[in-house]
Amino acid sequence: MQQRLDSRIDPFAWQTTVMPGMEPRLLAGLPPSGTFRSLASHRAAFPVPPRAGRRTDPWLIDEVELAGLTGRGGADFPTARKWRAVAAGNDPVIVVNGAEGEPAAGKDALLMSRLPHLVIDGALHAAAAVGANRIIICVGEHSPSAVKAIKGALAERRKHEKSGISITMRKVPDRYVAGESSALVAMLNRQEAVPTSSPYRTAERGFKKRPTLVQNAETLAHVAMIMAFGADWYRSIGTEAEPGTRLVSLSGVTEPTVSEVASGASLLDILEAHGADANDVSAVLIGGFYGTWLRPEDALSSHLTIDSLAPFDATPGCGMLHFLPKGSCGIAAVSQLADWFARESAGQCGPCVFGLRAIADALVDVEEGFGGAMLGRIDRWTREIPGRGGCSLPDGAARMVRSGLSVFSADLAAHRRGRCSAEKELVFG
Amino acid sequence: MREEARLVVDFIACDGLGFCNEELPDHIALDDWGYPLITDDTVSGPDLKRARRAERSCPVAALRLEALQRSLELQA
Repeated sequence: MQQRLDSRIDPFAWQTTVMPGMEPRLLAGLPPSGTFRSLASHRAAFPVPPRAGRRTDPWLIDEVELAGLTGRGGADFPTARKWRAVAAGNDPVIVVNGAEGEPAAGKDALLMSRLPHLVIDGALHAAAAVGANRIIICVGEHSPSAVKAIKGALAERRKHEKSGISITMRKVPDRYVAGESSALVAMLNRQEAVPTSSPYRTAERGFKKRPTLVQNAETLAHVAMIMAFGADWYRSIGTEAEPGTRLVSLSGVTEPTVSEVASGASLLDILEAHGADANDVSAVLIGGFYGTWLRPEDALSSHLTIDSLAPFDATPGCGMLHFLPKGSCGIAAVSQLADWFARESAGQCGPCVFGLRAIADALVDVEEGFGGAMLGRIDRWTREIPGRGGCSLPDGAARMVRSGLSVFSADLAAHRRGRCSAEKELVFG
Repeated sequence: MREEARLVVDFIACDGLGFCNEELPDHIALDDWGYPLITDDTVSGPDLKRARRAERSCPVAALRLEALQRSLELQA
């Protein structure tokens, strides 16, 4: 069944899998659906994190560096480097980023709703590493079960395991840009949750002008694993350059599934392990809506690493993989996603406000077969817009559209002749 | 040493008023909606004076002229 991608899926509705041939790591302690792993059950497998204080702990930062951990929010920035920048400042704060604004991604909500203590442990390790005495867990309001589980997990800790530092939760509005780090910090500073322009990075000056570590929820879950079992263990799976595992959110020809895979797993293996094969797929959107369309032959001969995807201007990003079913109209998909981007603009920057709307409207013309003259403009606009916004939303929109129009050139020709026979059901809602 | 600076637009602040394009058309064009499109972001020598005037001419202070050293640091 083709699900509507930009309607949200409840975390408990995502199926979960672990790639055949590997031991589950993050997902090893997954409780029955509908519940979260209790503190007692979690503690049977994970030691209590060190007590955070004013002092920094370089050993913890070194261990994360040895493990080779990178941020799983989408940017793959080296975690240890971010920690060092924050640790250099005075009185830092940890912000757990569980906003997960990508509609077709579900891994952060899944972790927070079923393994909240893993994420909280990771945040406590980060606090001990950089010398923070405050943790704010930001959870997307579109995931009520994640909100509930984090609340429940914090209540358990208040009762059974005081950490000695302040841990609170905040709900994040359901809009894509709210998960951008300056937008999260703005929200915590009682402003609207939209990106801001500041000469300072949040690592230097963020929440209440304090150095602020904004770290993705999955990244912190990996931190908890590394601290419990060591960097060497962490590196025993994945590739040399990109060790460990990743959570991927699969959709399209597969049921909505969050799967734990080794970093560097082949996309074809991932697809086949979920009961589909290359013949079912007309294209793959990799890394999120904020991602890149690939032809099936390119995607399915690639691996989930930065190096392997770089030739296609793609990255693993937030781990979203949408396998567009054969028979679905690619132009309709690109057009619907472009409209989603235009609607998600925070409305602050001219090139984004006007450019994304113009691109989305032009794509409707293209879809309806009247857009021949529009294609040249779309080409120019998608070249002019990147790098001209307070955040990188317009850059992502441009990349998605450009890669889509290139991958779906056959569909495009059919539309120009007014003869697209593919399914135009609302692929993306 | 030859003095160089880089043109940077804060698009959150920018209202597309176009003064920068009037002052510095050889470095700043306008897109279809009147927002600046920097065609050459490095300004040096005699152009610096005009670039500083463009910076001052922006009513919302969205155009900044950054010393090249500083902007390289920010990139790193």
